[in-house]
Amino acid sequence: MKLSDLTSHAGEWLRGSGPMSDIVISSRVRLARNVSGHAFLTKCTRPQRTALETKVRQAVLGAEVAARLFYIDLEEANELDRQLLMERHLISKQHKDTEGARGVAVDENETMSIMINEEDHLRLQVMRSGLQLEEAWEQINAIDDKLEGLLDFAFHPRLGYLTACPTNVGTGLRVSVMLHLPALKLTGEIEKVYRAARDMRLAVRGLYGEGTEATGDFYQVSNQTTFGKSEEQLISEFRRQVIPKIIEYEQQARKTLMQDRTMALDDTVWRALGILRSARLLKSEETLFLLSHVRMGVNLGRVKDVEVNKVNELFLLTRPAHLQKILGRKMDGDIRRAARAEFIRTRLKAN
Amino acid sequence: MKCDKCNKQATVHLTEIQGGKQIDKHFCEQCAALNDGLVPKTHAPINELLTNFVLAHSGLTKETVAACEECGMTWAEFRQGGMLGCEHDYAAFEKELTPLLQRAHENATHHVGKTPVRQSGPRGAKRVDAAKLRRELAKAVEAEDYERAAKLRDQIKQVEGA
Repeated sequence: MKLSDLTSHAGEWLRGSGPMSDIVISSRVRLARNVSGHAFLTKCTRPQRTALETKVRQAVLGAEVAARLFYIDLEEANELDRQLLMERHLISKQHKDTEGARGVAVDENETMSIMINEEDHLRLQVMRSGLQLEEAWEQINAIDDKLEGLLDFAFHPRLGYLTACPTNVGTGLRVSVMLHLPALKLTGEIEKVYRAARDMRLAVRGLYGEGTEATGDFYQVSNQTTFGKSEEQLISEFRRQVIPKIIEYEQQARKTLMQDRTMALDDTVWRALGILRSARLLKSEETLFLLSHVRMGVNLGRVKDVEVNKVNELFLLTRPAHLQKILGRKMDGDIRRAARAEFIRTRLKAN
Repeated sequence: MKCDKCNKQATVHLTEIQGGKQIDKHFCEQCAALNDGLVPKTHAPINELLTNFVLAHSGLTKETVAACEECGMTWAEFRQGGMLGCEHDYAAFEKELTPLLQRAHENATHHVGKTPVRQSGPRGAKRVDAAKLRRELAKAVEAEDYERAAKLRDQIKQVEGA
C-alpha cells in the first residue's frame, strides 16, 4: 500500500456514523503484549530488536487477522509519512519518534493496527466510529487469539499478561473514547469532566493521547486500571458508568446554550464558519477550534448547508502531514497556512 | 536493673531532660514498646552489624534488592525509568512491585481475565482453570453470593497449591 492512498479519505473511525457520534467521535481498545523469551525493549540490543521485529512481523502477516494487511517499516519511513500515520491514529507519538527496528501493520479499512516494537513488543488496537466499544473488543479479542497461535506471549498465572510498564499489567487493555465536548468548554464546565474522570480513576488526554493537549475541544478518556478486573468488566464499567455521565453533561450544556444563549451560540458558530470561509492564513491548531465550533453548529442544526462528514474529514485533512501529502509538496510557515486556508475555502464553499 | 513498669530485666534506658531536670527511665523491651511510643530496635545479629559497618566505611551502598538475573535490571534503574527490562523482573521484584501494583490498580492482587489458550500441558491447563475460577469468584462476590464465593476460593487454593 502506498501511504498516499490514505490521504484522500478518512478512516472508518472518522465517518461520524456510529452511535452517539455527535459527541463520541471514536472508540478504541488496545492490548499490550510481549513475546516470551525476549527481553522488553528497554533491555534489547539493536540486533535483538531487529530480530524481534522480524519474528513478530512474520507472525502478524501470517496470522490472517484481516482480509488485506499492509505493513509499514517505520525505521525506513520518512518523517512526513510517520507524521501522517500518527495523524490518522494508526501509530502513537512515541512510535513515530523512537528509533530502531519497528513497524505497523494496518488493515484496509484502518479499523485495526498492530504496532511492533513500541513500548511493548506488540500493541494491538481497534478503532471504530462512535460508541462501539463492545464491537471493538470482539474484533481485537479475535485478533489476539489468532496471534496467540503463532506467538508465545509473556504471561504469569497471578499477574496476567506481562508488560514493560507495570501500569498495563494484567489484561494489558486500554479502553478509550474520543469525545467532542465544545458546549462544556463554552459554558466553562469542562472541569466537571476532569472531576468525574478522577473519581472514576480515568485519564483525560488530548487528541493524540499521552503527552498531548486537548485541542479543538477533543478529549480522550481512558481507563487506568488494567489489573484485577476482566476485560468485559473493564469495558462494561467504562461503557455504562463513565461515558453516559459525560455525554449527559455535554447534552445538558448544549441544551443550555440552545435555550438561554442562542445568540451567543450562533455568534460562535457563524463566526467560526465565517473565518474558515474567508481567512487567507490558517494555523493548524486554530483550525481545529474553528472546525470544532462549526461541528457543534451542524450537530445542533444551527448550520444547515454544511454536512457533518465534510467537517469530520477536514479535521484530519488539514493536519500538517495530510495537507502536504494531498497537495504533493513540502511546505511550512505561511506557505502552509495559506495552502490550508485555500483548501478549506474550497471545501466549505456555500452551496 | 529492673524495668520501671514490671519486674523484668530492663534493656531500654531513657534519659529525658524536663525543665532542666534529668529523668532516667528504665524499661524492658515489651514495656518500652507499649509506653511513650518507644520502639526498641531489636538486637541486630552480629553479621548484619558487621556488614553495615563495612559498607558504611567502604563507600559502597547496600543494594537491598538483587538485580534481575536474566536482564540485569536493578530496582533503582526501574524506579528511575519506569520500565521493566524483561518478563522475569516481575518475579525478581515481586515484593517491591506488589504494593506498587495495588496502588496503580485499585488494590488488585490477581489477574482476572483472558488467559492464553495456547498455554498447553498440565501447567497451562491449571492456569486456565485458576483464571476461570477467579472470574467466577468475582461474579459471585458481585452477586453477593458469598457461599459460592467461599467454595470458589477453596477451589482456587486447591488448583494453585497443587
